[in-house]
Amino acid sequence: MSKEMTIHLKYWKQDGPDARGYFEEYTLDNVNEHMSFLEMLDVLNEELMLKDKAPVEFDYDCREGICGSCNLVINGQAHGPKERVAACQLHMRNYSDGDHITIEPPRAAAFPVIKDLVVDRSAFDRIIEAGGYVSVKTGAAPEANSIPVEQEKANKAFDYATCIGCGACVAACPNASASLFTGAKIAHLNKLPQGEVERTNRVVNMVDQMKEEGFGDCSNYAECEAVCPVGISITAIAEMRKDYIKAVFKGD
Amino acid sequence: MSLDSKVPEGPLTEKWSKHLQDIKLVAPNNKRKYEVIVVGTGLAGGAAAASFAEMGYNVRSFCIQDSARRAHSIAAQGGINAAKNYPNDGDSIWRLFYDTIKGGDYRSREANVYRLAQVSNEIIDQAVAQGVPFAREYGGQLANRSFGGAQVSRTFYAKGQTGQQLLLGAYQAMMRQVHKGNIKYHPRHEMLELVVIDGQAKGIITRDLVSGELKRWEADAVVLATGGYGNVFYLSTNAKNSNVTAAWRAHKKGAYFANPCYVQVHPTCIPVSGDYQSKLTLMSESLRNDGRVWVPKKKGDKRHPNDIPDEERYYYLEERYPSFGNLVPRDVASRNAKNVCDDGYGVGETGLAVYLDFRDAIKRDGKEAVEARYGNLFEMYENIAGDNPYKQPMRIYPAVHYTMGGLWVDYNLMSNIPGLFVAGEANFSDHGANRLGASALMQGLSDGYFVLPYTIGNYLADQAPGKRYGTDHGAFVEAENEAQGQIDKLLNVNGDRTIIDFHRSLGKIVWDKIGIARNEEDLKSAIEEIRELREEFWQNVKVPGDKNNYNKYLEFAGRVADFFELAELMAEDALNRDESAGCHLREEHQTEEGEALRNDEDYSFVAAWEYGGVNGKLEETLHKENLEFEFVELKQRSYK
Repeated sequence: MSKEMTIHLKYWKQDGPDARGYFEEYTLDNVNEHMSFLEMLDVLNEELMLKDKAPVEFDYDCREGICGSCNLVINGQAHGPKERVAACQLHMRNYSDGDHITIEPPRAAAFPVIKDLVVDRSAFDRIIEAGGYVSVKTGAAPEANSIPVEQEKANKAFDYATCIGCGACVAACPNASASLFTGAKIAHLNKLPQGEVERTNRVVNMVDQMKEEGFGDCSNYAECEAVCPVGISITAIAEMRKDYIKAVFKGD
Repeated sequence: MSLDSKVPEGPLTEKWSKHLQDIKLVAPNNKRKYEVIVVGTGLAGGAAAASFAEMGYNVRSFCIQDSARRAHSIAAQGGINAAKNYPNDGDSIWRLFYDTIKGGDYRSREANVYRLAQVSNEIIDQAVAQGVPFAREYGGQLANRSFGGAQVSRTFYAKGQTGQQLLLGAYQAMMRQVHKGNIKYHPRHEMLELVVIDGQAKGIITRDLVSGELKRWEADAVVLATGGYGNVFYLSTNAKNSNVTAAWRAHKKGAYFANPCYVQVHPTCIPVSGDYQSKLTLMSESLRNDGRVWVPKKKGDKRHPNDIPDEERYYYLEERYPSFGNLVPRDVASRNAKNVCDDGYGVGETGLAVYLDFRDAIKRDGKEAVEARYGNLFEMYENIAGDNPYKQPMRIYPAVHYTMGGLWVDYNLMSNIPGLFVAGEANFSDHGANRLGASALMQGLSDGYFVLPYTIGNYLADQAPGKRYGTDHGAFVEAENEAQGQIDKLLNVNGDRTIIDFHRSLGKIVWDKIGIARNEEDLKSAIEEIRELREEFWQNVKVPGDKNNYNKYLEFAGRVADFFELAELMAEDALNRDESAGCHLREEHQTEEGEALRNDEDYSFVAAWEYGGVNGKLEETLHKENLEFEFVELKQRSYK
């Protein structure tokens, strides 16, 4: 039979981007070990609402670790203590009876708080907009097998392409850098012959946009890699920097 | 009178190409005078927005998520079908077409399905050109695997994240157009009303989910690509924000809702563990390539699965369906799982699960090969269920996954309201009474990249370029008032039962009585129960907070209100369809083997419902589109 626990929660409340935030505390009894972390928050909100208290707002959607909506910082760790899972895939069996859990939004100037644990990550969209694509005309493309792609390269490209855009890398970085996110897209596209063509312009445009959004620079702490729920490697950042320097010296 | 599907004349294989030659075009210099609204940024909506913008139209794109990249298409795991015949196993456009028609149990429109098979190959070309990292063979060519309901390998994939990769491809194509200024992009906006002027769709009302502000948007055409309604069941594999609201509000403005009772229950999901459960997680059908489904031969056998010897295991799919084995279509696999559990052979704590076992695949191909194919799925399973599928079989059970029903559209994907187009899962069009695996991605992208971009021009060509009514027009004012009225009504109930509590109770009725198997008695009582609960909802729901702020539970309240109406229509439709077809199993109509028994003479039609209001009961009028099969012969499906 499944185990039940008492959990002491402390979570961030903030009415809007300019409002002052604060922590609120609540103790939940009967937390089932098979609940996901977000289901535990659902239960919290049900209790709060029945007591006419405001629920805590947080972002979520697929709840299977792929949409990248959830981005909680749990006891100081983006997505919590378990490696390579998003908060929605973290289950309460990773906690013990009587545990204290603090839940915060990611703290970064480029991710302003919308409400409570919900932040604005539109900066990520704008980084992609700056060049995170292949400029192929939508609606017309050559036969798919006309350009062979080495299996190993395709696999590598895939590994970078699995980024879910959650922003845990930013949350974990002491500089609040978006280098892992940006580097992953650049490395994904550059690995493939289809993306190779634009590699020079892409890296310059995306890196410049990242700076413009107010993300910090990378100082090789590698905290981002440690919290990434899909295990994107920081070699992405190395590749991005190499390409950026090359591009700048080329004069593009 | 039968609804006119506007299917072009001529031989099946030439209908689409001939139609492309016949339909009207909009001149390049005129395209920029037209504005098109696209609601939803999944595969269908993202692809459509990118395509329209590429062609030169002005596009406005809306989604409820904080970014277009999060649309629920992202969660599709297994793959996408195309008739490339790269493995040289005898595949062709005809076979893909035929498998899809047969898989849908002859309740889809022949011409649409053929077109889908035709454009399937172009989708793969497009995705590869965008940099979608599909799986490759050693020689650098694209790899394929097989999926349910087919005897060829025609599924393209990117590990277990094919939906993610295809969606990011469409999203990136879209962001490229945002950068060029051809798409105006509005994330965190929810469509609450359709605006109809002189009988044509001319705009929408949205709610800004951050500020709560209602906004009016005018356009020359509106495309809904807002996904399916599986969340009416509360528990489903859909994302938590997936909903029917945009489609249902359009239905309330006159758009017909077709075949709402056709709901696909996916056979391989992680079973329910408790009341707090908020959603169900799918394990890709591709696992059935290598996993063997079984239950113990002895009822209530509580031994550890690894301790049960082969001769005491019942590999029921392999025994009952020798030619398709574990790869029977989804409806067949789901019903069989439910039946063995109902008969007392289920496993796990609840007895509502069967085993999916990889022991033999690991023995045959090695752990590494299995990991290469399904690594991320195994990890996901272990995270959720807490045990290791390399060492013991997975426990799986069917869960609601996809809805074949949706807004009625003609061959041009236009609804009965001129100017309102519907794409992807939100329409009813291509899957009939059951969708085959790896076909949802195909349909979404086909609609978005290769159908709508042409058919929308055919409509726009008849609209005066640049003609605007202005958002002060009475129809906009009225629509905004309706949206506002509903929000105020919800906030003013001030009851004492939470939204989730109501939704969970509604879901239970729908799952128990309009789920895997249906009968007249259950359906009639479901209708009564839904009406009662709906009544209570409007008397006693508790919606927190206010409207001028970020308020997730207010969003949910509006969506659950729509699910309450849809649920009644689903029961009505299931009751009206007094036959079995595909996923719609009426217990009164089964073959001796327990398969769906169709009644082609009386039910070979699409049921398209017209909204007439709610007065205690939901009023709907039935319209029929007769399905004519010119090119395939209707048969009893058999996967034996």
